[in-house]
Amino acid sequence: MFEILASFGLALELITGGDPELAGIVGLSLELSLLASVAGAAIGLPLGALVGVGRFPGRRAVIVFLNALLGLPSVVVGLVAYLLLSRAGPLGSMGILFTPAAIVIAQTVLVAPIVAALARQVCEDAWREYEEQLASLGVSRLRAVPTILWDARFSLLTVALAGFGRASSEVGAVMIVGGNIDGVTRVMTTAIALETSKGDLPLALALGIVLIAVVLAVNAGAYAIREWSARRHG
Amino acid sequence: MEMILPRARLAGLAAAAATAALLALAPARAADTFITVASTTSTEQSGLFKQLLPEFEKASGIQARVVALGTGQALDMGRRGDADVLFVHDKVAEEKFVADGFGVKRFEVMYNDFVIVGPKADPAKARGSDVVAGLKAIAAARAPFASRADKSGTHAAELRYWKAAGMDMAKDKGPWYRETGSGMGPTLNTASGMNAYALADRGTWLNFRNRGDLVILVEGDTRLFNQYGVMLVNPAKHAHVKKEAGQKFIDWLVSPAGQSAIAAYRIGGEQLFFPNAGSGR
Repeated sequence: MFEILASFGLALELITGGDPELAGIVGLSLELSLLASVAGAAIGLPLGALVGVGRFPGRRAVIVFLNALLGLPSVVVGLVAYLLLSRAGPLGSMGILFTPAAIVIAQTVLVAPIVAALARQVCEDAWREYEEQLASLGVSRLRAVPTILWDARFSLLTVALAGFGRASSEVGAVMIVGGNIDGVTRVMTTAIALETSKGDLPLALALGIVLIAVVLAVNAGAYAIREWSARRHG
Repeated sequence: MEMILPRARLAGLAAAAATAALLALAPARAADTFITVASTTSTEQSGLFKQLLPEFEKASGIQARVVALGTGQALDMGRRGDADVLFVHDKVAEEKFVADGFGVKRFEVMYNDFVIVGPKADPAKARGSDVVAGLKAIAAARAPFASRADKSGTHAAELRYWKAAGMDMAKDKGPWYRETGSGMGPTLNTASGMNAYALADRGTWLNFRNRGDLVILVEGDTRLFNQYGVMLVNPAKHAHVKKEAGQKFIDWLVSPAGQSAIAAYRIGGEQLFFPNAGSGR
């Protein structure tokens, strides 16, 4: 118990101390996770909307498959990404293993299915609500997709935040494809894993508290934007 | 109209996001000269690289990016061509790596030593300066022992010591022999939690905080000597290997400047690694 309390004090010191190394790690974590969330949303939102609104053979199987991907084991994603990006693998010539780009790719692979699966449900519900109205305007299901996405944007923001949560909390895949290189691919989660390895549990937990604070700040920011924009656009 | 507006907005958003992604990733990180070094958790977690790498970068302008793994995994990374330089500690496996043509030449760099740590009360009576006698005592008492079991250099050494104690761990292990399948630090965390014995490299042990009841029980046996070697991954196998920058790193490590930087690394006044380049041991 004492250790946990000590960690809170240490976390506070870390946050207020302005250590440039920690700031770099936090910044990299934020940058990569945001990039992966944006990329994952760019893939997952249209995909989820298409599956949610569209009608095509095998749709149910696709839905089950998407939902199952919510539980995609990150360490497997990391391993597959490693084998693909390794010099001995098919994408090896790109030379991006152990770079931030490799982390973003692995995170995107994890984020996109979450966004797609959740967006599918949101868009399907939105479609039910507007189905008659859009049909009376002669709008086809396919052409309704952008409208549905736009209309459900506030719910979809929450979906995107779930994607961000997965990206920022990821450790298994990020460790494998990033390599936890000091100053290059060391992010919050891998730094926590490293300090745990060193047996410095209070510092590891303090870093964890900092990470939670950062995630909280991102979510608060997203909420504020949502409120502001809801007031503005009605 | 209602249809066009959101689509344009969505497309705009997507384009902006894609541009931002490219801008953020592309230019900033490609320019500098860097090499990828596959090394061991013991060197990373002991804190040695934090001291060594900035000095090398200052001397050469080359950034050495260290990926810390077990020796077995690091060698595998070299075989796949995912590293330029290997800095590891399993002489037998390293010599095989070079003989198989994956490495150019092996240079000795430094050594440290292994220790057996265990509960202060030492229920198995393993304490002493004889590693083989210590292990025999632990096995006889069936006292919990945490093994790396991850094909690392430390794991290979541990299996050699067990063999010298007359035990083949593939078949002689019992429930008291706990295979963690993880790095040195996590294994020490496990040992600390279970009050188990474990073989550790001294560097990681000295830098390890979560010791609980564990203390060093066996040390000082010459068989516990742990030699580190460094090798350039063979450019003939993997053309993209940065052979000049990689060789510069190796040359620096075995040079007087590199060797004295290694000797200068201390934790609490205690020297962790002993440079011995060119000693031919």
